[in-house]
Amino acid sequence: MSLLSEIPMPAVHLNVLATFAALAWQTARRRGEDEDAELLERLRGGDEEAFLLLVARHQASMLRLARSFVASSAVAEEVVQDTWLGVLRGIDRFAGRSTFKTWLLRILVNRAKSTGVREGRSIAIGDAGPAVDGARFDAAGAWMAPPQHWIEDSDDRLAAESVADELRAALEGLPGRQREVVLLRDVDGLSSEEVCEVLDISEGNQRVLLHRGRSRLRQALESELGGA
Amino acid sequence: MIFRRRKDLVCREMVELITDYLEDVLPRAQRLSFEAHIGACEHCAEYLEQMRATIRLSGRLRAQDLTPAMREEFSALYERWRSEPG
Repeated sequence: MSLLSEIPMPAVHLNVLATFAALAWQTARRRGEDEDAELLERLRGGDEEAFLLLVARHQASMLRLARSFVASSAVAEEVVQDTWLGVLRGIDRFAGRSTFKTWLLRILVNRAKSTGVREGRSIAIGDAGPAVDGARFDAAGAWMAPPQHWIEDSDDRLAAESVADELRAALEGLPGRQREVVLLRDVDGLSSEEVCEVLDISEGNQRVLLHRGRSRLRQALESELGGA
Repeated sequence: MIFRRRKDLVCREMVELITDYLEDVLPRAQRLSFEAHIGACEHCAEYLEQMRATIRLSGRLRAQDLTPAMREEFSALYERWRSEPG
């Protein structure tokens, strides 16, 4: 047997792919930050169109996040408007120590919290259930009911709008704090440091919430798409 | 009594370490055990790919543009701010 066969190839292969994905993501992210900075500069110069462009860029993220804290879409819209008014008034105080988006979302979270936090939100990290139902493993901890296939053949299937709808519904169904962390990290593309700053939580809590949330979303996709 | 090498991970533990692995916060020894397991266990390799696919799909959920009504609303907000004293 050759020495090469001892190397765990799948792991190496996956890491290379992940590195490329991360690079592409960082590039897109930096471009977004540059555009924000440019629009902010124009806004400071009194350009209303720049303001509307900034609003449009961040509207969906803000509404989604606000909706997680308050009882209705109408209140969430008020929180977003209130946040933008606060941004306009404080525009000269933004010093660029964090990205514009982080600053913006932090203001939003503070406004949302003071507007009235949805009932039943728990401060706790939330359900401490396992990432995967324990019944799917045998006594030794090995898979008994392994993950059902749903990704290999299916870029077309995954690109379908119905999958996005399914994922949106699953996101909606996550407990509040898990939903916020997953939204900010995976939908909006903030870094873990930025998420901690926006939500005022520790790195450790952020990771636990992210883990629970992502695990639930994976399960939802498997339940919906698996075995087809 | 079952003796398992301390560094060996079982599938049930793997699924709980996935996020720490993807966040690159596993201690080196544990990361190596994790990768060794992935290399040897097709189910956990699949699970890891499914987690990555889940993250990728979340990243594709895209925003809608501002509706004309919202544009009006924010335009009014801007004017309100401009007319504030100071």
